[in-house]
Amino acid sequence: MSVSILESLRSIAKSAVISGPDGVPVVRPDSAEAIAAVLGHASEQGWRARVEGRGSWMPTDAPADFVIRTGGLDRVVSVAPADLVATVQAGATLETIDQSLAAHRCWLPIDPPGGDSRSLGSVLATATAGPLRHRFGPVKDHVLGTTVVTGDGRIVKAGGIVVKNVAGYDLTKIQIGGFGAFGVVVEANLRVRAVPAARALVVATGTLDLLLDQARLLREAAIDLASLELCSPTLLGGDRWTLIVQATGTAPGVAAEIDRVRSVASGASFEGLGPGQASRLNRAVAQAALDGPVSLRAGVLAAGTPDLVDTLGETIGHRRLSASLGAGGVRWVGNPTEAHVRALRHRFAEREVPLTLERAPWAFRRAVGHFGAFREGVRPIAARLRSTFDPKHVLVSAIEATE
Amino acid sequence: MAPANTDRPDPGLLAALGAIVGPKWVRSHLTERRPFEADGLPTHASVPMAVVLPSSREQVIAVLKLLAERNVPWVARGAGTGLSGGALAGGNAVLIPLTRMNRILSIDPVRQRAVIEPGVVNARLSDAAAPFGLQYAPDPSSQTACTIGGNVAENAGGPHCLKYGTTTNHVVALEAVLPDGSLARLGSPHGEPWGPDLVGLFVGSEGMFGIALEITVRLVPLPTTIRTLLADFATVRDATEAVGSIVAAGIVPAALEMMDQACIAAVEASIYAAGYPTDAAAVLLVELDGATASVEAEAALVHELLRAHRARGVRSAETATDRARLWQGRKKAFGAMGRVAPDLVVQDAVVPRSSLPSILETIGTIGRKYRLTVCNVFHAGDGNLHPNICYDRRDSALADRVARASAEIMEACVAAGGSITGEHGVGADKIDYMPMIFDSTSLAMMCDVRRVFDPANRANPNKVIPIHACREWREPQ
Repeated sequence: MSVSILESLRSIAKSAVISGPDGVPVVRPDSAEAIAAVLGHASEQGWRARVEGRGSWMPTDAPADFVIRTGGLDRVVSVAPADLVATVQAGATLETIDQSLAAHRCWLPIDPPGGDSRSLGSVLATATAGPLRHRFGPVKDHVLGTTVVTGDGRIVKAGGIVVKNVAGYDLTKIQIGGFGAFGVVVEANLRVRAVPAARALVVATGTLDLLLDQARLLREAAIDLASLELCSPTLLGGDRWTLIVQATGTAPGVAAEIDRVRSVASGASFEGLGPGQASRLNRAVAQAALDGPVSLRAGVLAAGTPDLVDTLGETIGHRRLSASLGAGGVRWVGNPTEAHVRALRHRFAEREVPLTLERAPWAFRRAVGHFGAFREGVRPIAARLRSTFDPKHVLVSAIEATE
Repeated sequence: MAPANTDRPDPGLLAALGAIVGPKWVRSHLTERRPFEADGLPTHASVPMAVVLPSSREQVIAVLKLLAERNVPWVARGAGTGLSGGALAGGNAVLIPLTRMNRILSIDPVRQRAVIEPGVVNARLSDAAAPFGLQYAPDPSSQTACTIGGNVAENAGGPHCLKYGTTTNHVVALEAVLPDGSLARLGSPHGEPWGPDLVGLFVGSEGMFGIALEITVRLVPLPTTIRTLLADFATVRDATEAVGSIVAAGIVPAALEMMDQACIAAVEASIYAAGYPTDAAAVLLVELDGATASVEAEAALVHELLRAHRARGVRSAETATDRARLWQGRKKAFGAMGRVAPDLVVQDAVVPRSSLPSILETIGTIGRKYRLTVCNVFHAGDGNLHPNICYDRRDSALADRVARASAEIMEACVAAGGSITGEHGVGADKIDYMPMIFDSTSLAMMCDVRRVFDPANRANPNKVIPIHACREWREPQ
């Protein structure tokens, strides 16, 4: 079967098609139209497609008849520094995007788990934000518009390339954090920022309770920070918890806010890191999210974080845990069982806290789904939306659990 | 005035609606329905067939179930302050104003969340949150009248959305009733979507997916320091270029608003006079907020940039009273323009910030071509234009020139890489402009997504999507 699929794809894709390591054909399209042609044909034939970015986040192990690799769509199409917007293809890595933006003195403040080798498409599909979400918001806040190829090969544009726009339904939102179930994002218009004049990073270490208390004090003092991230001992390879505080802005503003951090702190000492050390620490936090087969994120507010961290500690251990103690949200990386995830979801649901499976081997994803049980009335909407964007379910995704 | 809609629902439907909400909350006589014929857009009007005013979630659900059983279209409405004709109900549609559902259900200062009913007036929520040191950030100019339910439908913005984001950035969860009367709980109070981001999809869907019964919003702390600057310029180009330089410097002001000379003249001649220099070609209102040291440093830099772009003068509001006065002129500018002519079309479009200098010149040219008075008051920081055209709707030739000028302004904004609406929505007013920015496949997808929520297309029919422009669009099976 794969041989005939391989031959068919070669005739349709007008792009490189190879036989992958497991014999599954791999297409590397270089345009939205090429992806549309392939998916349109796959939909007619009833084939199933696995979409891969750089393979640096989600395991590329979902069973499929063929693979679409977005690495051929890796261009930063345009950067408009005066408008602070950029158009980027989904296969571009964050590293490539950062380099292109830096040449224009611009910056995309997204620092996802897994680091800058990830493709933009992967970050959008999984809505995986990092510590900078404290100041700059979730992934969706950076996206102004998208070009998407649906599961049956239609090319759909949503949003625009201006920073404010309410024309038509906001179809972009459904793609971000949609885990690939609603189409393949091939290009995105991004809201970028001017590179800040100054940045600073300070860290404090101590017990969990001490650092939770420090974070509460900083929140109550309304200190203007770019991130306020708590990291477990295992995550950074030490024996103490770490609170990482970043500030960005004008030089006097950053200096004043860091001074305030130190004056508000009580019983903890914040040590400043130089740019090189700060950069290495940020990389370490991002990379640690790969040090385990499963990544979970709990959508909890800062005020509810201490209880939730306790619950995680009691049930599956703190492992590699990080938490935004301003914006909220806890990320946990380790090797839980499926039963653990189900039990935690059940427990968190009582507190109205969703537990999203961000990364796991296919069998695990398929068993527990990225979201678990939906809230009232959501399942039929999600199912109909999926059928709208991908009528034949060509795109392999585990947005729903099967067991 | 719209032609009288003499259609009346069958007495059985009226009686059934009355049984749900109480007979006095069903309006069926023409004189009772007439006040609901328009929203804030003067160019469109249509009289609904009936008006029903529920006061509770149970009543709304029961009304929608009844209308579903009888296959009757309907339109939800907030305070009717919308500017795109989005809440107009014509033909055989029933209008459902939600203004009686106006309770603030809870404010949680620790979690910085509020749960409200859709009829809560925007400014009332910020007033209620203020004692806790919090505010609801989206602040449309109509905030003293518009409802949060309407804001959700339109994804409303406002001057302070430059820094704080629009409604979509502040709504975290919704309990919605779909057109078939079923309930859906979208999002989570913490902000994580809990599945696909259906809150993000629902906000801005212009009342075509259902009715939000309970809205959970994010509240943000009131800033510790606010600095408001007013700069005046001899040319519009200098003012717009100053805007670009501030944003490019990495400063995100809380608000960055601009008014041109025609607008300044209207404001200063009105009871809302704010002390703007009437000989200026344009004024910029720049508001910075946040921590004191940051605000001071940014204010110094902004001052420098304004001067570098030939600002003739830069005033700083030293007191809360000064600040309120400077803002009064901006917030009441639309009201002030009411003195210029009996009717006012408040247009809404967006361009990339870098196009502001040229697009304002183009709008001026279009105004002169059609012999119209165009006043510009707008959110310069995000390129969201509001060219306002003063006219008299009783003069049909003049109204026709207004329509043609509006279309040309839209075309120019789209040609500059912009959008046909930044915060007012498409509604009925801009439905014909949609093909300017979306191809037929993308429009058809919007039709399909609408039918996920409303298979019979009964919720706010004939808005937003020009059906004829959709590729492969089919009637419901």
